[in-house]
Amino acid sequence: MSALRRSDVAVGALAAAASLALVAMLHAFVASRTPPASQAVNAALVRDLGLTDLVLFTDARYTRHPSVADLHSAFQDHPMSLDHFPSGSLIAPPRHIFGTGPRFASDEEIPE
Amino acid sequence: MIRQVARQRYLIDFTLASMMRRKVKNVVLFGVYFLIVFVLASVMLFGSAIRREAALLLANAPEVTVQKLVMGRHDMISGEHLEALSAIRGVRRAEGRLWGYLFDRGNGANYTMMVPPASDTTHAVGPGEAIVGSGIDRVKTIGRNEYLFLIAPSGRFFKFTVKERLPEGSGLVAADLVLISEADYRALFDLPDGVYTDLALSIRNEKEVATILGKAAKAVPNSRFVTRSSIARTYESIFTWREGVLLALLGAAILSFAILAFDKASGLSAEERREIGILKAVGWETSDVLTSKFWEGALISLGAFLIGLIAAYAHVFFFQAGLLEPVLKGWAVLYPDFRLTPHIDPLQVTTLAFFTIVPYTAATIIPIWRAAITDPDTVMR
Repeated sequence: MSALRRSDVAVGALAAAASLALVAMLHAFVASRTPPASQAVNAALVRDLGLTDLVLFTDARYTRHPSVADLHSAFQDHPMSLDHFPSGSLIAPPRHIFGTGPRFASDEEIPE
Repeated sequence: MIRQVARQRYLIDFTLASMMRRKVKNVVLFGVYFLIVFVLASVMLFGSAIRREAALLLANAPEVTVQKLVMGRHDMISGEHLEALSAIRGVRRAEGRLWGYLFDRGNGANYTMMVPPASDTTHAVGPGEAIVGSGIDRVKTIGRNEYLFLIAPSGRFFKFTVKERLPEGSGLVAADLVLISEADYRALFDLPDGVYTDLALSIRNEKEVATILGKAAKAVPNSRFVTRSSIARTYESIFTWREGVLLALLGAAILSFAILAFDKASGLSAEERREIGILKAVGWETSDVLTSKFWEGALISLGAFLIGLIAAYAHVFFFQAGLLEPVLKGWAVLYPDFRLTPHIDPLQVTTLAFFTIVPYTAATIIPIWRAAITDPDTVMR
């Protein structure tokens, strides 16, 4: 039997990494089709309590409830008071700033 | 076929021996390559998993939320509008919601105080009772007696008996939640009767939302309507934005890597050029030289990509994206402890692979090809 060559080790390692990546994809595929029990619990909580937002940042009200915060809340203290919470920089500005969305938070609202 | 395989094995052997001669350079390159893929893939996997989670969970959010605006700011809304809103054809139910924030001076945490809707019998709370979210325990000592002490904004002291704790896995939607009765809520915030934070509408047919909003806007002037679809859009854009911000921050690192890789791959050193010249002089064909260098590019870029992707997957889904945690926490004292459901978007992985493997391999092959087609004598000089 011939000795193990460098090429065998390298190709073997590459094949092992590719197999692991495939296993990860398979795991994700199976996991997304069999969601954990906590997902059903969370969905029930959202439905029963009428929750509108995920708990991601609890430091400011416009980052805790971005979907229902008014558009001025990031500048709540006075007009020149810039947003000072770090998580504020991770929340997207209103879409009309980019000219890609309506001025208000929903397409359907504010008919005069 | 067997000859072809044997030939490729010899070529890889030769490539590896050549790479070992520049061990430090290649190890550093592989390390940086791996890190770039790892960070990019972590942000990408986290973003796509949380977008999916938000879409699944918030599909049950109220169909329409009505808020009163005064000078562009959110204000308390009168319960008198409930009757007019319920009378609109297509509205199944309209109810007032009481929720707000309480800043705890003791630990600097913000709690979301909420009164469970009357329709929710599972979480019904009596006066003096509270149901707390899974994150409250971590920042506040509730103790053996199951008492929760809160100081109202007015300075008054309130004592609640913790009736129940929301399940451990519910952090993503309820970590900072404290559910109390309506009477306690009004007493805690000195709220008069008949006013609410906002009103929630339950609609019979979702296709009628636009028509109902038109009528509701007339019934409740100075108001803002947040629909379930706009909540979904908000979350979609938040995470796209967040990925964008993180990727922009990483831009400098990616650019440095691109320069490093381009320099390494395109600027052949004198030693490498001499090596190619010698190989050509001893009878190697241009295709052999190219294949050998292709293996070098592939071993580094494909290896770093695969290992980086696997590490990112484990980081996000098994270690709860620990390295991204400081970015997520911000200044918050109370943050959720959640585990995301694994999800991989094949399109994103393909894009990442395309932008990491192809440019490097191409940048390696082209200068080598240029050197390999030149006369060996010229190359060696």
